[in-house]
Amino acid sequence: MESLKHKLEQHFANQLVECEFNRGEVTIYIEAEQIIPVCKVLRDEFAFNQLIDLCGVDYSAYGNSGWETKQATEHGFSRAREPFSQIDQVDEGFRYAVVYHLLSVQHNNRLRLKVDLIAETPVIDSVTSIWHSAEWYEREAFDLFGILFKGHQDLRRILTDYGFVGHPFRKDFPLIGNVEMRYDPDQKRVIYEPVSIEPRTLVPRVIRDDNRYLQPHTEVKK
Amino acid sequence: MAEIKNYTLNFGPQHPAAHGVLRLILEMDGEVIVHADPHIGLLHRGTEKLAESKPYNQSIGYMDRLDYVSMMCNEHAYVMAIEKLLGIEPPIRAQYIRVLFDEMTRVLNHLMWLGAHGLDIGAMTVFLYCFREREDLMDCYEAVSGARLHATYYRPGGVYRDLPDSMPQYQKSKWHSEAEVKKLNQNREGSLLDFIEDFCQRFPKCVDEYETLLTDNRIWKQRTVGIGVVSPERALQLGFSGPMLRGSGVEWDLRRKQPYEVYDRLDFDIPVGKEGDCYDRYLVRVEEMRQSNKIMQQCIDWLRANPGPVIVDNVKIAPPSRADMKDDMEALIHHFKLFTEGYCVPEGEVYSAVEHPKGEFGIYMVSDGANKPYRVKIRAPGFPHLAAMNEMAKGHLLADVVAIIGTMDIVFGEIDR
Repeated sequence: MESLKHKLEQHFANQLVECEFNRGEVTIYIEAEQIIPVCKVLRDEFAFNQLIDLCGVDYSAYGNSGWETKQATEHGFSRAREPFSQIDQVDEGFRYAVVYHLLSVQHNNRLRLKVDLIAETPVIDSVTSIWHSAEWYEREAFDLFGILFKGHQDLRRILTDYGFVGHPFRKDFPLIGNVEMRYDPDQKRVIYEPVSIEPRTLVPRVIRDDNRYLQPHTEVKK
Repeated sequence: MAEIKNYTLNFGPQHPAAHGVLRLILEMDGEVIVHADPHIGLLHRGTEKLAESKPYNQSIGYMDRLDYVSMMCNEHAYVMAIEKLLGIEPPIRAQYIRVLFDEMTRVLNHLMWLGAHGLDIGAMTVFLYCFREREDLMDCYEAVSGARLHATYYRPGGVYRDLPDSMPQYQKSKWHSEAEVKKLNQNREGSLLDFIEDFCQRFPKCVDEYETLLTDNRIWKQRTVGIGVVSPERALQLGFSGPMLRGSGVEWDLRRKQPYEVYDRLDFDIPVGKEGDCYDRYLVRVEEMRQSNKIMQQCIDWLRANPGPVIVDNVKIAPPSRADMKDDMEALIHHFKLFTEGYCVPEGEVYSAVEHPKGEFGIYMVSDGANKPYRVKIRAPGFPHLAAMNEMAKGHLLADVVAIIGTMDIVFGEIDR
């Protein structure tokens, strides 16, 4: 795997933003414009002939915790009743990432390819022309994160309901959802209403600097 | 001449051959499929988002509910991802137990698949035979975890508890007389391992029985040979894995190529198909059952000879023993912390994959250092398989669609997540 990293670094000297080797896995970061040429080379010259997975990630709440743990506080988490105010307004810059997992059956390697996308216009070229399996994965990333794939033939929603509004896996989309559905006997049809359930967190999200894993708390790549 | 038009047929979502809640929009030219458009998501529960809002251990149970016919394999990929992030390795006995139950799960899955696939294309008896054997294996699940299906047995760092020394027994009731109960309990006198061993000795005969019913059956062959042919190149393009890929002649099995746990110490063969049609995939899966049986026997032998711990000795990740908690304050605190807050996992991202009965089941996990995962992505093997529906069904007859759905081994729990 180390040698794969070197080869990639040599081959893509100008196109790579970063190349990491961590926990036995190689990750390369590239710019969104480079996706098609880089993927073509990866498939044809590095024999990554399988796109195993493609998914979106929303980094807007990365590193946020629901409870102060660095020093002692006078107040508890108040039974998690308070709204989760920690998500500050989504800032400009890179918010989303598209993550590609590639597999080479020939060389028995795996590779992770990451592309950061900006918050206002998360658009990237579709790789369906390179790997056919990207078709549904891109539909899924579009459905759940609202990432647009240029050149995709059939970019419809895939997992959510017909007529669903919003992109549910974004961090600012509430876990409980926005609408609830019931049968209304008066109108004799199924109707949608705003949710009546109060969002609750049963276990607060905490980040503890455990000295077993002492490593600098790296900033998110922005 | 009358004008002939294509027409559109709606298949499912409530159709017995749709294996759950698949809705297919089929554009037909007479009885020939022109275009198939699967609509999925009717079982979407947002497992990945739910996992983001819970401490790591509380999502293990959700993994069972993904592919609900191969429960423990799903858990396996999930706990392996956490272990990789934490940098811990389970004790060797736990690894053997996991392999034993992974293979048991593979048999369970393939039995379910064989029964349902047979039933779909007209073979009723196989279904009954398969469920007879499934019953015994689910008893093993129950003996080890307390649940017949949703086991929640694996934990980061090992398994929840060691294999029990006794099997639950049938009781006399107004439906079963003393003599009947005695007969039913015959193979349940010893430990769980004795019970599994007894099963492993019986099982190859059972597979022979299924094969007698199907392998040379004229109708079975008419329904499967030459149906849904996928070439090896296309199979890779389409992101196939597992038996779907092997059926097309690509020898690729994660257990052999990227071995995890103790698969590199075990002896087993990987069956590979030739033609890439439904019949070859059937043969591959049947042979996999025999191979799994072989692996199970090897695990039983090892487990008998080597007692030991089954979970890491690290109170930050695994709960302390009940006895310790009675007189050790530290242990009590650890227990409390572990079950209220969970444990924090170092920052980073990993992808861990297992050879699931249906193909490559992977978990991509991003951690920002909190006690809950930042992002979990489940790579379900059935998802790309179903995406290839259009390509596989095009040009076939309507009745073949059922055979193709069957051969893909579709389960909606994992596809819709």
